[in-house]
Amino acid sequence: MKLLTHNMLTSHVKGVIKGYPLLIKATEVKVNEVEFNPQFVCRMIPKLEWCALVQAADQLGHRQDLPGELVPDYEKNEDFLKKVHRVLMEVEVLEGCLQCPESGREFPISKGIPNMLLNEDEV
Amino acid sequence: MKLKELESCLQQVDTFEKPKILLEQYPTSPHIAACMLYTIHSTFDDIEGKLVADLGCGCGVLSIGAAMLDAGLCVGFDIDDEALEIFRRNAEEFETSNVDLVQCDLCCLQGETYAQRFDTVIMNPPFGTKHNQGIDMKFLRAALTMATTAVYSLHKTSTREHIEKKANDWGVKMDVVAELRYDLPASYKFHKKKSVDIQVDFIRFSKT
Repeated sequence: MKLLTHNMLTSHVKGVIKGYPLLIKATEVKVNEVEFNPQFVCRMIPKLEWCALVQAADQLGHRQDLPGELVPDYEKNEDFLKKVHRVLMEVEVLEGCLQCPESGREFPISKGIPNMLLNEDEV
Repeated sequence: MKLKELESCLQQVDTFEKPKILLEQYPTSPHIAACMLYTIHSTFDDIEGKLVADLGCGCGVLSIGAAMLDAGLCVGFDIDDEALEIFRRNAEEFETSNVDLVQCDLCCLQGETYAQRFDTVIMNPPFGTKHNQGIDMKFLRAALTMATTAVYSLHKTSTREHIEKKANDWGVKMDVVAELRYDLPASYKFHKKKSVDIQVDFIRFSKT
């Protein structure tokens, strides 16, 4: 599970009002090399919940020097875009779970795949 | 990458080992997948550098194809962990770094989940022939919520009028890009004929 994907995931357990962002409890994390596409990263930034991304990177111990707030004029800042690329696309959670911040319900991650299926009584 | 090359690569994608009838699991043929993806890429430029979702991804043939055409990232969604495991293995074998996989039930998506988070959605959804009538429209609804630019999908030609009406109701533009013949080889034990041809529309939906 990449952090770009994690940034979208929400818990919809019955009764939960805001199941976002999901806390990451990782037992296995991998960093891959993924081709850097600055235009893609640039376009993704406005769609991200930036705080949730920084928090997630932090929880994985991979935040490095990613700033807590978006830097102005990031479009031309290749250094910054590379940092974002690393966190969005290269850091991967292989094993662990995602925890709903409201209900505490844990969604397992196995072999890099988060399982967001709810049980009958949670729907 | 040329169309023939893409099709050739997609022939190497492993498919379902024990397809589940109730989930309407059958692989999208490498030929159809390649034609779809190639059109989406070269005619509409909706793959390269884009954030793509593949709904009901199964073993991942559409996602892997999209990754080969340089999607920024293609995220596959499916309910079945066995299919996702095959997809995962495929991604490993192809050394595809720009795909991600999520296990979830697309029929249970709450209103704004993933809303407008993707540029493009591609899919070959279940048609609703196995006690799951209406599932194709549920997938379509989810897809239209998730995409900002376009949704590309396969639907039975026999449902075209019904879909046109829905698209109208939803304020969505619908273009039948191509008519395909879907050759479904006998994949389940109860299939009596060797194979069956289904007329299928390859449709592009976009916001007006």
